[in-house]
Amino acid sequence: MSADDETTTDDDTGVPGPHADRLARKEASNEGRGSAASDADRETVRFRIYRYNPDDEDRASPRYDDFHIPFERGMTVLDGLIYARDEFDPSLTFRHSCRQAICGSDALFINGRQRLACKTQVTDLSRPIQVEPLPHLDVKKDLVVEMEHFYEQMHAVEPYFNPDDEPVTATTERRQSPANHEHIKMSTRCIWCASCHSSCNIAAGDDDYLGPAAINMAYRFAMDEREGDRREDERYEIIKSEQGVWRCQTQFSCTEVCPKEIPLTEHIQELKRESVKRNLKFW
Amino acid sequence: MEEAYDRGVIEDFGRWREFSAGMWAWVFHKFTGWVLVGYLFVHIPVLSTALVGAETYTATIQGLESLPIVRVLEVGLLAVAVFHIMNGTRLLFIDLGIGLERQKVSFYASLLITAIIAVASVPTFISGVF
Repeated sequence: MSADDETTTDDDTGVPGPHADRLARKEASNEGRGSAASDADRETVRFRIYRYNPDDEDRASPRYDDFHIPFERGMTVLDGLIYARDEFDPSLTFRHSCRQAICGSDALFINGRQRLACKTQVTDLSRPIQVEPLPHLDVKKDLVVEMEHFYEQMHAVEPYFNPDDEPVTATTERRQSPANHEHIKMSTRCIWCASCHSSCNIAAGDDDYLGPAAINMAYRFAMDEREGDRREDERYEIIKSEQGVWRCQTQFSCTEVCPKEIPLTEHIQELKRESVKRNLKFW
Repeated sequence: MEEAYDRGVIEDFGRWREFSAGMWAWVFHKFTGWVLVGYLFVHIPVLSTALVGAETYTATIQGLESLPIVRVLEVGLLAVAVFHIMNGTRLLFIDLGIGLERQKVSFYASLLITAIIAVASVPTFISGVF
């Protein structure tokens, strides 16, 4: 359905629909698009976008393509990418979904740093804006990277609850104290975007290392008071294993780039201390 | 996916320009650590000349100290040692969970203290050789 169709429907009823304002704006911006005269006057932003397509001989070796995107106030890097795809090159490939930093699909390497494209304002960046796929992950096409290994690591810490006992009755709640919720609050904000994983040099050089995101996920459950003792012991076996927290060398890259501002290094360090305490019998 | 393009180490090495403070602290700590290990391997043979005799030891030390390059390297060695001590202390506090949110400041402080001590040591190390 095009924007025109939607507006007509609203007009036919004679009552402005709930989206009338938004649709009018959308139509106005659509009119501007494609008209050469108005585009020439507008300020444009140069996007340098990483291109790679193994199925196309011309693109089989990676290169950068330049796109001049008309600037709009409030424009995010994702808006720019969508414009480039819709108006200039439909083969430009990237992941995106919710556009509001919740789904974690559009983590990209923007101007030398892992950021969510939808959360990054064009005005906050120096130009040209260089957009690359996440470093240290294999590129499948253009800005799309292979996430399978990241997901494997996330699942390796068994990120789900298991209180040792069954609830007393079917309606028994398992309550968490506000203080405990405060303790784990930040760790629950993870959106699985892999920014931290991509920024971590240790994870890059060592596929066995769980990585900051997975350890943070383990922290979220290990620190939750509702988790059963037996489960907690099992979880700490994973946390303090050879692939676990001890690989972290406190470079702070993960904490630096996390779009949800999770203090990842702090969480990893806390798990290191807990792991030591568990091994000291006299504690 | 076997078709996935692996960007390899060359591009990865180019990323040093994007390193943040914590990353540089790690790089410098590794570097200074290896320099100190290397220094120990030179330090022990030099001290071992004392096994031959007091005169040999004195002659070796005086010979080395008369070389300008050795004097300059000594300033460098002091800087390396001071940074490794300062950043090592910083890392100890980080392991204890203290000051993680101020880790950049403590890294810059380590650099600053290293610079001040290294510069202040120059007159002592350099005097009489140039």
